[in-house]
Amino acid sequence: MKPKVLILRTAGTNCDKETEFAFALAGAQTYLYHINHIKENARLCDYQIIAIPGGFSYGDDLGAGKILSLELLLWFKKELGEFIERGGLMIGICNGFQALVKTGILPDLDFQQKVTLTGNDSGRFEDRWTYLEVKSPKSKVKNIWLKDFPEIINFPVAHGEGKFYAEKAVLDAIEQNNQVALRYVDKGGDAAGYPFNPNGSLRSIAGIVDKTGRVFGLMPHPERFIFEHQWPYWKKKKLYPFGLKIFENGVKYFL
Amino acid sequence: MIWRIDVFPREEVPSKSIASQIKDLGLVKNCKVYLRKVYFIEGNYSEKDIKFITSSLLTDPVIETYSFHKGLFGKKPQSNEIVITYNIGVTDPVALSLEKAIKDLSFEVRNTRIGRYYRFEGLRKEEIRSIAGKLLYNPLIEHVLDYDRASKMDTLDEFLGGNYTFALTTVDMLNAGDAQLLKISRDGCLSLSLEEMRIIKDYFKNLKRNPTDCELETIATLWSEHCAHKTFRGVIEYEEKDEHLRSIKKTTIHNLLKSTIMKATNEINSRQCISVFHDNSGVVKFNKDFDICFKVETHNHPSSLEPYGGASTGIGGVIRDILGTGCSAKPFASVDIFCFAPWHISYDDLPPGLLHPKRIIKGVIKGVRDYGNRMGIPTIAGAVLFEERFLGNPLVYCGTLGLIPKNKAFKKVDEGDLVILCGAKTGRDGIHGATFSSKELDEQTVALMSAVQIGNAIEEKKVTEAILRARDKNLFAAITDCGAGGLSSAVTELAQEHGVEVYLEKVPLKYAGLSYTEIWISESQERMVFFAKKENLEKLEQIFQEEDVDLTVIGKVIDNKKLTLFYEQNKVCELDMDFIFELPKLKKQALWVSKGESVTDLEDRKNYNKELKVLLASANIACKDWVLREYDHEVQAGSVLKSIYGIENISVSDASVVRPDLQSEKCVAVGLGINPFYSDIDPYWMAALAIDEALRNVVCVGAGLEKTFILDNFCWGSPQDKQQLGALVRAAFGAYDFSTYFGVPFISGKDSLYNEYTVEDKHIAIPGTLLVSAVSVLDDWRVTVSANFKKENNLIYAVGFTKPEMGASEYFRNFKIKGGMVPKVDKKVAKKIFEKLSSAIQKKLVTACHDMSEGGLTVAVAEMCMSSGLGASIFLSDVPQAADMCNAEVLFSESPTRFVVEVEKGKKADFEKELKGLPVGLIGCVSKEKKMTVYANDSQELIGLGIEELRKSWTETFQEFR
Repeated sequence: MKPKVLILRTAGTNCDKETEFAFALAGAQTYLYHINHIKENARLCDYQIIAIPGGFSYGDDLGAGKILSLELLLWFKKELGEFIERGGLMIGICNGFQALVKTGILPDLDFQQKVTLTGNDSGRFEDRWTYLEVKSPKSKVKNIWLKDFPEIINFPVAHGEGKFYAEKAVLDAIEQNNQVALRYVDKGGDAAGYPFNPNGSLRSIAGIVDKTGRVFGLMPHPERFIFEHQWPYWKKKKLYPFGLKIFENGVKYFL
Repeated sequence: MIWRIDVFPREEVPSKSIASQIKDLGLVKNCKVYLRKVYFIEGNYSEKDIKFITSSLLTDPVIETYSFHKGLFGKKPQSNEIVITYNIGVTDPVALSLEKAIKDLSFEVRNTRIGRYYRFEGLRKEEIRSIAGKLLYNPLIEHVLDYDRASKMDTLDEFLGGNYTFALTTVDMLNAGDAQLLKISRDGCLSLSLEEMRIIKDYFKNLKRNPTDCELETIATLWSEHCAHKTFRGVIEYEEKDEHLRSIKKTTIHNLLKSTIMKATNEINSRQCISVFHDNSGVVKFNKDFDICFKVETHNHPSSLEPYGGASTGIGGVIRDILGTGCSAKPFASVDIFCFAPWHISYDDLPPGLLHPKRIIKGVIKGVRDYGNRMGIPTIAGAVLFEERFLGNPLVYCGTLGLIPKNKAFKKVDEGDLVILCGAKTGRDGIHGATFSSKELDEQTVALMSAVQIGNAIEEKKVTEAILRARDKNLFAAITDCGAGGLSSAVTELAQEHGVEVYLEKVPLKYAGLSYTEIWISESQERMVFFAKKENLEKLEQIFQEEDVDLTVIGKVIDNKKLTLFYEQNKVCELDMDFIFELPKLKKQALWVSKGESVTDLEDRKNYNKELKVLLASANIACKDWVLREYDHEVQAGSVLKSIYGIENISVSDASVVRPDLQSEKCVAVGLGINPFYSDIDPYWMAALAIDEALRNVVCVGAGLEKTFILDNFCWGSPQDKQQLGALVRAAFGAYDFSTYFGVPFISGKDSLYNEYTVEDKHIAIPGTLLVSAVSVLDDWRVTVSANFKKENNLIYAVGFTKPEMGASEYFRNFKIKGGMVPKVDKKVAKKIFEKLSSAIQKKLVTACHDMSEGGLTVAVAEMCMSSGLGASIFLSDVPQAADMCNAEVLFSESPTRFVVEVEKGKKADFEKELKGLPVGLIGCVSKEKKMTVYANDSQELIGLGIEELRKSWTETFQEFR
């Protein structure tokens, strides 16, 4: 049976349709719902995977993902905890990642905000392709979403508030627990400054995973690389669209 | 009780961007500015509540902290501190979100306001005042909070308008003479001429009563230039004279639109066109499930006054045009084209009342960015041009494309349908926006504060989601947007063939105090009107409630051909639809005097390295990836060829290509043509060249003419000036001739007139500007071509014939050379080139294709080198060219319909066969060496520049904007 994916949207979510498309292409049964609908009509435990897509939830008017994270906490705190503990998968992309850290679901599922994603060092919104180092197969990072990935992949980022920031102790803990899933690097795979690290993220962190390896948050957009033509250089050279594989990994986990 | 909360970073650092802007002003060398967010929240809260609200909503606990106190000011601010907040009645999206979130926390909320706190170090009081006025706020929408007044306030209610008691206002027209009629028009900002006022007077004379204010406003709106396009639809006495002032043509044009633009479309009669020129956008066929639609609008006047608000409401408005097409289309891509004044002008030289170009540039780009990105619509293409005359009147074109299911392209209205208003609440925003665009700007108009608005993208995003869900459940059969004129034009136009009753007191308001007329003509953003059957109301309410969107029944359709309005059961308007829509045909005079042309002799130089570098650095050619990168150009995941591409993704594509329906292999290419400079020589050729350029751009990526469609957007000076109007007519003739010949129909368009500005004795009219936007349907995304060279040793061809056509070219303008011939499109050859090149791309004979536009052949080749990181060797003697041309002309002429094409050696014979009989020259090859070399006829090296050197010139120009 196809795993059921809930794609949770709200006012200002804008990557929901393509995220749904990517999951469907990967073989999932998808359900795209407004948070108000879930609040009134559905239970989170009806799904195997919950995805929070990118966008500007409530305009990011009080900070990126702030009001969405408040609503998740107010309305679904208990259910979300149970969902993850029962073995559900979660992925938060861009604005979804911002919501996951602001609810405190990432990094430790204790509903305490420890890290943040704040304004880019450049002071502006930017849409650009990045090189990302995958901290998965060789390292000890447990992340079902990045299973069987090459060491370096390409995804685009498109955000104004993507700078990963936390106190040193928190950063050290995340590293020690092998929770850094993706880092911005240059073409050769080395840590580098702007524009390779597009937002000034501390320790070049682009995505983190929880300790179970099932809850994944990332600023780059894998749903924007599920066809070869989405890569800017495809007329010159072909590159496998590794974004699709993220969604496939999520689906395969339940097959 | 009012609480004030200041939120700031735990480690406060001075703002770098404000400091650099202050430095630009040349006022102060070293100063520091600290910025904090300020929230005013009014309600019955304890200190504990405020702490809870603040920590839950207003701060990021990892990086921010806060202070709070009662009242707008805790203590008197120091002279180096200011707080800026919005003016009364300006919609603040952040405040709306804050109110929603406070309610989520189960608190009541009376009022909220948002402010920005600035603390300055190293500046004197008067310097702070000057900097704040020039950089930090725009008095049309914001003000500095005044301590003496604000510290005494115990409620924010006064921000929100007052009471209104109904009283019917009538206007005495029946007893008015001509002078009085004109006074009524002027005092009411109606922009109606004496002739029009007389017609209105006669209408009411027949009815034996005076009009109400509401009736007069309704007529003024629907007869406004913005809604009715009276210049394009009026009668024009046109005369053409040669350069010796001999009359060579005289004709009466009864409807310029119908006798040029629409005539072309009718004659071409393409079976691909579904709905053209009678809805909010033009609809053409796409694939088996969907059609596509496209509309481009302008928002020039508002952007000149408040660039951020003007541009954001510009893009917001054109998106609603797409939502309001047929039974609603889903917006899938946007384009934005701007014309600005050069930004180096000093603040001292700026005429009073004008904003500095730098502020306009930054504000406009930010406005489009914030609105488009929040809407989740990729901005896939754009252009930015610079010219002095745009100083008082920048041009801001915003376009959006939509995807619409088959059979949803037409509206259906029936008697008894409910009139439903949805989206934002109604306030005093933009009252008189429609009539405003009919007026030339003067200092008094600038003072009309209410014409300036700010957009709220999230409201429009919510409206979009709700409407598209309702559409897919077939819950309504007619929809339109509230644009200029607000409800007055939306409801009236939609019910035109039937008749309608509206109950104005039902319209949800932002704040109390609006009169019935203000409600009717308000231009509050983010509102749509649709007509639905009563039995669908419950289902509609369910959807809209889930999406948090207001939906209100405000009237019903009645088959009496009348527009009837009520306010609390009082009839405030009753007009015959036939009268409203039978526009008086006004006669205008138009004259075109030929300017004559001459060949300007150029001296040949031995080397053109310097000239090429100057051109690459010139504002119209220099690298503008920084603009396009601020737009989310990849959301919706359909991009095939992006707006920026090539090495480091900083080259700008000829046309962008997207897949609006990810289930289908078909894709859509969008190309733009605009070059106002040619207008100064001959607007006829300016129009031809704009069409040629738009078509070149889509052909470059592989599109064919048979599935290409174009839009016209004329921005012009005052049509009251007969020479301006003559130039406009001539441009429209050009548009007709070339659209018809190429078989590429216009599917929609818009004109914006009165783009002029008077300050003291200085009169500035913009150069007549036609933007042509082309959209093409391509069958397979795989068969598209990008413009960067692909491989060393590949062959480089020049396609198209080069003539000494240097008039108004980048080369002439940069090197201040006067005169010259305007480029002329040879339509027979052009059409064949378009067809054959497109078919060569379809047959996969081409690996790269780029059009020659600003800066001609040389700039085109340089761009292909820079985007690929590969070099090129070019031999000018092999470029197909007229006899006796000098090197500078071959290098930099802007003759139209020319391309640089890269072909693999193995495809040489096939490619040449495909283009047989056309002007094609094998001019060189791609080289491994990272250098561009151009050889003259005598094999002398005219240009020899490394790619890094080219890039340096090309990327340095906009350094301060990066």
